[in-house]
Amino acid sequence: MSAAAGKTYLRSAPAERLPPPSARRGAIIWLRENLFSSPVNIAMTVTCVAFLAWGIPPLLRFFLFDAIWSANDREACLASPQNPDPGACWAYIRVWFSYFVYGFYPYGERWRVDLFFAALALGIAWLAWLSAPRRGIGAIYFFAVLPILSFGLLSGVPFLGLVSVPTSLWGGILVTIVVATVGIVVSLPFGILLALGRRSDIPVVKFFSITFIEFVRGVPLITVLFMASVMLPLFVPERFAPDKLVRALVGVALFASAYMAEVVRGGLASVPRGQYEAAQALGLTFWRVMGLVILPQALRVTLPNIVNTFIGLFKDTSLVFIVGIFDFLRTIEAARVDPHWATPNTSVTGYAFAAAFYFICCYGMSRYARNVETRLARAHRR
Amino acid sequence: MAEIARPRRARRLGNIAVQVALVAVVGGLFYAAAVNAARNLAAAHIASGFGFWDNTAGFDISQTLIAYSSSTSTFGRAFWVGLLNTLLVAGIAIVLATVLGFTIGIARLSRNWLVSHLAGGYVELIRNVPLLLQLLFWYNAVLKTLPELHGSMTLPGGGFFNNRGLFLPRPQFSENFRYVLIAFLFGAIATLGLSVWARRRRDQTGERFHIRWVVLGLIVVLPALVFLSAGTPLSFRFPNLGRFNVQGGVEILPEFAALLFALSIYTAAFIAEVVRAGLLAVPQGQTEAAQALGLRPGTTLRRIVVPQAMRVIVPPLTSQYLNLIKNSSLAVAIGYPDLFQVFTGSVLFITGQAIEIVAVTMAVYLTISLCTSLLMNWYGHAVGVVER
Repeated sequence: MSAAAGKTYLRSAPAERLPPPSARRGAIIWLRENLFSSPVNIAMTVTCVAFLAWGIPPLLRFFLFDAIWSANDREACLASPQNPDPGACWAYIRVWFSYFVYGFYPYGERWRVDLFFAALALGIAWLAWLSAPRRGIGAIYFFAVLPILSFGLLSGVPFLGLVSVPTSLWGGILVTIVVATVGIVVSLPFGILLALGRRSDIPVVKFFSITFIEFVRGVPLITVLFMASVMLPLFVPERFAPDKLVRALVGVALFASAYMAEVVRGGLASVPRGQYEAAQALGLTFWRVMGLVILPQALRVTLPNIVNTFIGLFKDTSLVFIVGIFDFLRTIEAARVDPHWATPNTSVTGYAFAAAFYFICCYGMSRYARNVETRLARAHRR
Repeated sequence: MAEIARPRRARRLGNIAVQVALVAVVGGLFYAAAVNAARNLAAAHIASGFGFWDNTAGFDISQTLIAYSSSTSTFGRAFWVGLLNTLLVAGIAIVLATVLGFTIGIARLSRNWLVSHLAGGYVELIRNVPLLLQLLFWYNAVLKTLPELHGSMTLPGGGFFNNRGLFLPRPQFSENFRYVLIAFLFGAIATLGLSVWARRRRDQTGERFHIRWVVLGLIVVLPALVFLSAGTPLSFRFPNLGRFNVQGGVEILPEFAALLFALSIYTAAFIAEVVRAGLLAVPQGQTEAAQALGLRPGTTLRRIVVPQAMRVIVPPLTSQYLNLIKNSSLAVAIGYPDLFQVFTGSVLFITGQAIEIVAVTMAVYLTISLCTSLLMNWYGHAVGVVER
């Protein structure tokens, strides 16, 4: 409010009559309306263009035009008289690529990892495609068959001729995907149970659920992982001391369950009360009310949030790095300091590759969540 | 909630059975864990209890806000050093993330196509890449590739930076500086009083009193005058570039800078989304009504849109702040001495008392989280719209 406005806040004269909006459409009109409508707008446009002109060409040059795509060792990626300012060293990613995907998984057995990726892709496609046939079987496949199958496939069943591969040899994208998958497969059922527990009218159940959820959500993931990796071995008899990867998986599963519980609770709250009452009036028992009437509606509404939680979980899997698991990020860190490829650009290249991987996965999932959201919104519109 | 179509007595008995069973299972698990832990700890000859708290720590910490020395300070002191380091980095990061996040959130709603899409690109890029990766990028790929000590870059004004950190002049306050502080304090109190008076007068008479220039005089000009008349009681000690290290001056560790960048840039992307959602939650009709009344665009934003949007923004904003505080524990990946790194790193390594140390660390984060939730609940009650 300026001093000129005097003592009044309000308009004392009719507002100026505006011309009708232009009916014409075209590139120039669009530019004028969206980029050059006022002096401030023009200034902002010019600043943005200047920023892009300053930032984009060096990035393109570094990552594409001047990048080294194939080489046998670091020589090509170092500055030389022929190439005084070399770009990203993609050659090093190519050499290390199989390590980034499989870690130290034995060469002869890597088809098992590929098979696991394929089986997982099938499960995800089945569940994510909302009008896929027989999604009930898809859910059973994803939450029951796939975990057992994958465990046998990856760690080995000597009885069936599959050599056992200790988890210390697993690494890279394989471990990242395993941790994320275990997280979602465990957290969804446990999250639903915890959410129901939190809404329960049995005091002890409610108390335990709330305590667990609030405790886990109140501390950083890394302390939960740390608890799982240093305290879990203390809590069980020595001969049952779990494997390092299993400990991290326990930590991630606990953490993800608490977050999933809150998401599911939001979904449950969105189901109108009439639905409960109608189901009860039909004489259904508690579990049938939940399983047949409430949860299908609640989970459908909250599917975008579940996917968003999963995106968070997928990013957070990188934290297992800190408790010494060879996940994707850890393999990048290990390869980055390889003396054969030590150049000033090696680190940046490694991180750019990792960022691209995470970005593609997470962005894909978030697009999916947004599509489901618009679809649900359309279904709810009357 | 769901009432089950069964006789009430059977239901009550069932409930009691469930509760007893649950308590028994959970209690049993805890008991078994305790017995095993006691046995395993005894086998490994690890002490238990908090007796270590007053023992001499014996390790160095690279950034200490309070006096600390490895030879005399205790583990308890190390705890406070770590906690203060956590609060320092989180506090500054919260301010930066808020400023950046609000800017980008508002930019996303800009009518300028280029501005809104640039802001959108920032949010998508930053949100979809793990924080740990960003942290490692800032630390290893940016700050650690700065020039070595002998090739330090100088800053205008007498500071310089290299791959060991940023070195700035250290302010030295002489005794007379307290008069400046007193003047500043006086100015602040007077401003507060004046604004209360101005608001009361406006509410009663509708007349407005523009305190802007008076405030500037009270808070800036008055202390500045006192500063000059007290003989400029402030000098700087400039950092000195030695052969092997840097003497004097304020040192900002690259670990601190990397953590600060990563936390504020990452959280800003989430805050931007919170702000955008909050501003979009205010119905268009509110803006139109304000315009119809003749309020200017700036006033509309300040008096009509923002107060309503804040009601939607504040709860998720707080949870982003909490996330930032919790995420600051990633410091351990680059060796910034925050609570987590000092305690579950060095102290755990020396004492081996995993249970106590993890418990203390979790308790600190939990306390921060629970206090904030309580404050939020109170805020929710205080500003909640009273629905008819």
